[in-house]
Amino acid sequence: MSGYRLPAGGRIDRNAPIRFRFDGKDYRGFAGDTLASALVASGVTVFGRSFKYHRPRGLLATGVEEPNALVTIDRGPGRVTPNLRAPSVALHEGLTAASQNRYPSLRLDLGAVNDKLGAFFPAGFYNKTFMWPRSAWEKVYEPAIRRMAGLGESPVTRDPDHYAATYAHCETLVIGGGPAGIAAALEAGGRGGRVILIDEQEEPGGGALADPAQWAWLEESLARLAALANVRVLTRTTAFGFYHRNFVGAVERLTDHLPPAGASGAREKLWRIRAGEVVLAQGAIERPLVFDGNDVPGVMLASAARTLALRYGVAVGRRVVVMAVHDSGWRDALALAAAVVTIAAIVDLRDAVDSRLLSAAEAAGIACRTGHAVTGVRGRLAVSGVEIAPGGTGAAERIACDALLIAGGWTPSVHLWSHARGTLRWDDAWGAYLPDAAIEQVRCVGACGGDWDFGGGVAVPALPSAKPAHRQKAFVDYQNDVKSGDIELAVREGYRSIEHIKRYTTNGMATDQGKTSNLNGLRIASEALARPVTQVGLTTFRPPYTPQTFGALMGHHKDALFQPVRKTAIDGWAMEHGAVFENVAQWRRARYFPQAGEDMHAAVARECRAVRESVGMFDASTLGKIEVVGPDAAEFLNRMYTNPWKSLLPGRCRYGLMLREDGFITDDGVAGRMADDRFHVTTTTGGAARVLAMMEDYLQTEWPGLNVWLTSTTEHWAVIAVQGPRARDVIAPLVEGIDLSPDAFPHMAVREGRICGVPTRLFRVSFTGELGFEVNVPAGHARAVWEAIDVAGQQFGITPYGTETMHVLRAEKGFIIVGQDTDGTVTPDDAGMDWAIGKKKRDFVGKRSLARPDMVVGGRKQFVGLLTDDPAEVLEEGAQIVADPAQPMPMTMIGHVTSSYWSATLGRSIALALVRDGRALMGEALYVPMPGRTIRATVCPTVFYDAEGSRLND
Amino acid sequence: MLLIHCPYCDEDRAEVEFVYGGEAHIARPPDPSALGDAEWEAYLYLRANPRGRHHERWRHTHGCGRFFNAVRDTVTDRFETTYKAGEARA
Repeated sequence: MSGYRLPAGGRIDRNAPIRFRFDGKDYRGFAGDTLASALVASGVTVFGRSFKYHRPRGLLATGVEEPNALVTIDRGPGRVTPNLRAPSVALHEGLTAASQNRYPSLRLDLGAVNDKLGAFFPAGFYNKTFMWPRSAWEKVYEPAIRRMAGLGESPVTRDPDHYAATYAHCETLVIGGGPAGIAAALEAGGRGGRVILIDEQEEPGGGALADPAQWAWLEESLARLAALANVRVLTRTTAFGFYHRNFVGAVERLTDHLPPAGASGAREKLWRIRAGEVVLAQGAIERPLVFDGNDVPGVMLASAARTLALRYGVAVGRRVVVMAVHDSGWRDALALAAAVVTIAAIVDLRDAVDSRLLSAAEAAGIACRTGHAVTGVRGRLAVSGVEIAPGGTGAAERIACDALLIAGGWTPSVHLWSHARGTLRWDDAWGAYLPDAAIEQVRCVGACGGDWDFGGGVAVPALPSAKPAHRQKAFVDYQNDVKSGDIELAVREGYRSIEHIKRYTTNGMATDQGKTSNLNGLRIASEALARPVTQVGLTTFRPPYTPQTFGALMGHHKDALFQPVRKTAIDGWAMEHGAVFENVAQWRRARYFPQAGEDMHAAVARECRAVRESVGMFDASTLGKIEVVGPDAAEFLNRMYTNPWKSLLPGRCRYGLMLREDGFITDDGVAGRMADDRFHVTTTTGGAARVLAMMEDYLQTEWPGLNVWLTSTTEHWAVIAVQGPRARDVIAPLVEGIDLSPDAFPHMAVREGRICGVPTRLFRVSFTGELGFEVNVPAGHARAVWEAIDVAGQQFGITPYGTETMHVLRAEKGFIIVGQDTDGTVTPDDAGMDWAIGKKKRDFVGKRSLARPDMVVGGRKQFVGLLTDDPAEVLEEGAQIVADPAQPMPMTMIGHVTSSYWSATLGRSIALALVRDGRALMGEALYVPMPGRTIRATVCPTVFYDAEGSRLND
Repeated sequence: MLLIHCPYCDEDRAEVEFVYGGEAHIARPPDPSALGDAEWEAYLYLRANPRGRHHERWRHTHGCGRFFNAVRDTVTDRFETTYKAGEARA
């Protein structure tokens, strides 16, 4: 046992005891404790097992930089959070915590065999070992290695908590609530303007919380801040990222510090803050020292031991040794001695140390060993002693102790400064990078800007030792088990850039993002490369500063709110009539309407037959619609589409094909000319926004002189497609003001009038190949008109049909669906749609590209039909096609199946495909290799039904 | 998140209100058929991609809907200026 509760001191409430569980065992602490402080007070030394080697590890730090003491907190079903740092977990009654990465227990972990086999697991081992046989990697080695290495376990149940989000604007945002940040907030608050101060800890104060001499000032300052109406103080809030133009993301933890029963409301809140000025007051993080045995439980940062004693009233040991290369180690030792923690010795690598520190130490009865270094640590589950030697290489001396504190100097926290692309400059006195020049309106105050007095010191890559690095267990990155020898190995193997060294060794890549390892790693690499640190560089800091929950980043955007669901005005009717829905872009569309006992196959077959034999009705409201108006409307459409538009008379419609400037089909749709200067243009459902954007682009930036304007009317018009031989009979009684007779209203015409008393643009168009109408009515009347059509159609057995039937019927007629039969690389000729190009047109978007060499060369994929030998066999969409099924692998793929259905109309399967030189292969057999079998099919024309189109012209 | 000054709305608005529109001041040739394949390829695909000052287009899709031009530094992401479509290159 080493740690114990001091009889007095700390900011804990000794009148409020708390019971909690760790690894199934009961412990006690006090309100104000963290999980870490309460466990240290209870004598726990082993907090976790390391990632790769499963070495027992103790607490290194008391802040978010802690790399070892990773725990899983269980707040109930679905509320298990792994990889939390024990010193950041606020203790509350009933807290249930568990260590990670050990089996069966922390003290006896079978994974420790990895430590014995450590020689096989150096940096980059997976590039050198476990390589034979190759098949064994995927099936044996990798799964075993993944099971043995790792941090916590991912939750497997849904997170029932909800997470809030908010925006805030302020003149001054202060990040960090230590002495410097509080002072900055007071100053800004006094100037007026909105001030937000955020701090990641349970209470503000930062370093002052471990210095009782500052507590009075702290209390008074926080009271002054609270009294300022323009100042908002957020605690338990981490600013995780600093983005362009002073946009800061922060997460406020609202309930994790409370017992689950007492927690209500959102668990966390995401703050999106835009600030006029950002003041960074993030402080500095103490560096560990690199030496053999520096990861034995009980080796801890000196400032962490100070914080435990003075903030939490916990002594880390009964006989403590301090190893320092920096004055702050001495100051922390003296503070501990004053708190009645026994310091056996202070060891300092420097020969000369400030005489005031030496005298104070001697006065406190502490033995001093300047010019010495720790060369070894005794103990495995807990420190039992250290070995020191003069200069690290002289005769060894042993000192018994149960804790070793290390003081390696201080690293200003420049993470958020770097996110905001502030530059850094090296400072020799600090032995670290400091903020240099900013791009944004941001400044640093306090330690993170290099403005703090921790004292002086030296910076060394590793403590000197007679033992070569590769024979030491000297850890640089505790969380990823990276040793100094690994970094030297990376350099020996030829890695020169710090970014490569980082990735090869994984130094700085753990969840702590190298807070205690980046600079030590940089120094070791710099020494191995024999280049100055400033020439080796520094790896990039990236958000998040500390790990954040997915929940906080997601907020309300999950389940039904994950994405907007667009519904037509008729959606409610479809739902009430048992429709099965599918998503098309963001729209919810009825896919089919199963009746009792029907599966999709049966429902679609019934719907298809009904349309071809009598009449069906289909909600086509999701089609994009654009009202194109102006004297130059026809000229504009002429330029945007392949087709000729000027000759189209008012009252007539034309199918339009739209290409991108590179010549590939991007959209299609029927447009009706309502008047000389007015067109009702339609687009595909998924392409509506894209097409309008493309049109606006050309109109605003290429042809601003054209007198035409565009309006999106997609949601304005609902569209009810009535298709089938009885279609006219169904709507005739409902329509006024339009002569529906075949001569007066031919195929591909549009008329305005009224239906059920409401205005309509009635199109005679057909995507099914049957006599058909598309009834456009203002969306507000859509459901009433739909229901009236349904009633009127009952005597003809009118059948509602969905998108699946719509797809099958159009495929039987060989109509393409842009985005399914095309993929952005299909030209009009490829699709067999040369007829849609206005041959006399001088120019249109994409025309020039159709003459590019690759567009006119042979061997392009062409749109064809496929009929399988076995009529019951329905090909899989996306299946690859080959000419010779016997060829060796990898086979030459000559195309793929784009659309494939069972056709109730034909009583067999049909498919559409894109095949190289497809049109020259009419009547030939092609093959579709599938797992386990190969399917033979014959190339045929794309129109499977009523090729003459006689059914359209009733 | 960038703040972009829409020259039509005359306000700084958040990046999410806009859509990027590629390099600016590339006019569609008035007679594409007159261009050889290499010239047409250059128009379609070749862009300056500079390190530093970049003249580019943005569209205020969730605002006034207009296209405008901007000069942005591709290294620092600072906007030097924005100006209306049709105005001279800044």
